[in-house]
Amino acid sequence: MGFWDVTKNLLSGFEQTCLIFALTLVLALPLGLVIAFGSMSKFKPLSYLTKVFVWIIRGVPLMLQVMIVFYVPGFLFGTPLLPRFWAVIAAFVINYACYFSEIYRGGIESISKSQYEAGEVLGLTKSQIFFKIVLLQVIKRILAPMSNEIITLVKDTALARIILVAEIIKEAENFIAYGLVWPLFYTAVFYLIFVGVLTLLFGFFEKKLDYFKA
Amino acid sequence: MALLEVFGITKSFGKTKVLKGINFSLEKGNVLSIIGSSGSGKTTLLRCLNFLETPDTGIICVDGEKIFDASTAKKLKESEIRQNRLRFGLVFQSFNLFPQYNVLDNLTLAPKLRINEKNLSPEEKKQELEHITQHALELLNRVGLSDKADFYPCQLSGGQQQRVAIARALALSPDILCFDEPTSALDPELTGEVLKVIKDLKSENTTMIVVTHEMDFARNVSDTIMFMADGVIEEMGTPEQIFDHPQSPKTHAFLNKSFENF
Ligand SMILES: Nc1ncnc2c1ncn2[C@@H]1O[C@H](COP(=O)(O)OP(=O)(O)OP(=O)(O)O)[C@@H](O)[C@H]1O
Ligand SMILES: [Mg+2]
Repeated sequence: MGFWDVTKNLLSGFEQTCLIFALTLVLALPLGLVIAFGSMSKFKPLSYLTKVFVWIIRGVPLMLQVMIVFYVPGFLFGTPLLPRFWAVIAAFVINYACYFSEIYRGGIESISKSQYEAGEVLGLTKSQIFFKIVLLQVIKRILAPMSNEIITLVKDTALARIILVAEIIKEAENFIAYGLVWPLFYTAVFYLIFVGVLTLLFGFFEKKLDYFKA
Repeated sequence: MALLEVFGITKSFGKTKVLKGINFSLEKGNVLSIIGSSGSGKTTLLRCLNFLETPDTGIICVDGEKIFDASTAKKLKESEIRQNRLRFGLVFQSFNLFPQYNVLDNLTLAPKLRINEKNLSPEEKKQELEHITQHALELLNRVGLSDKADFYPCQLSGGQQQRVAIARALALSPDILCFDEPTSALDPELTGEVLKVIKDLKSENTTMIVVTHEMDFARNVSDTIMFMADGVIEEMGTPEQIFDHPQSPKTHAFLNKSFENF
């Protein structure tokens, strides 16, 4: 089997990898904000509950969470609740939303009360203050930790392999049966390119927001 | 009739009574300076006037209209509070400009957002927006910063930032402009430019309340001086009365200490 055949196979796995990455990101980014507001809620029971939830999710290995989401419903009801791929997405979204929520919370809480008050005395509504004044300052402050987390997500997609989702590592392993080990190491190139593109992208955003200090 | 009338304002934080019954009035075009030692409640009073704190008791009237009454305050809708608070402008000690907006946008942000709340035809809206920008540019001219319209706050000195903050407050045309120690966060050589702007506003008949530690400035610019101690107005009068013939021993002691430091 030649280089191009291997590459073609790996690309199909890489497609799954990208899909896991993109779906997790698109769903976890907003869900994280909801969780962040939950943990900052003035309604104490909600805030405690959210914080305990975040603690559990961040405290248990993601690999284990993927297995729990996929296998536990099977033990309980005799049949898995979710197909493999969606079990991965569910576990990833919940896990990453919790990490994102902590970053959001840190960012939102780091904006000084005086920015809110300046908006208030100018007669702005609460939502105008959040969206027109606070949000961009928060985005600027969380850009670096978020890019870290998102780059980690790229590599975490490999954990989907544990329940046999055909992402790139799994595809590469299939070649071992044919006595080919190098495709496994070749996958690193795909990850490196992906992470390289993301790094450039985040660098671009950081530059874009360089024009002000916050 | 006085432009501003304040009756029986009290405010506690937990068990500490910070304001213990504040009554005063202010004529249109007059400047009131509030002096007093640290912790006497000056900032809290300004914050009450600007609805950043809700007084426990008391009434605030502007132009004869009751804009706050503690006994009915809970029933006020957020939109009413927002409408009422525009009677006052507030300039903070720490400027609090919005860092991501340039100087012009800092001035026009709030007025433009208010336009969106009105039901205007596209034509009217366009006119209003132009008017807002025009007004903002005039204000920048008044505070001597015409050439800084497209600068960002981080590119300005403290004195310039504070002048932008003053223009920003004026952009909403408040009836009464309040200042909380507007020069305390500035290097000594920059206080002059900010105080000059306030003096200019005085000569244009802007009604102002200024909390300040600058005694010379207070004497020069004020029509009335209020000396606060422990949450009450200890003494109030013309600059001559307060600075030259203080009646209360507390005022006397405070002034002696203030002038010793200079
Ligand atoms: N949010 C708050 N919670 C609890 N106590 C407060 C709060 N705000 C102010 N205080 C207390 O109220 C008192 C008066 O504070 P205030 O800031 O009004 O004084 P001030 O006259 O402005 O003093 P300074 O000259 O130092 O600015 C102080 O004892 C302060 O600790
Ligand atoms: Mg104060």
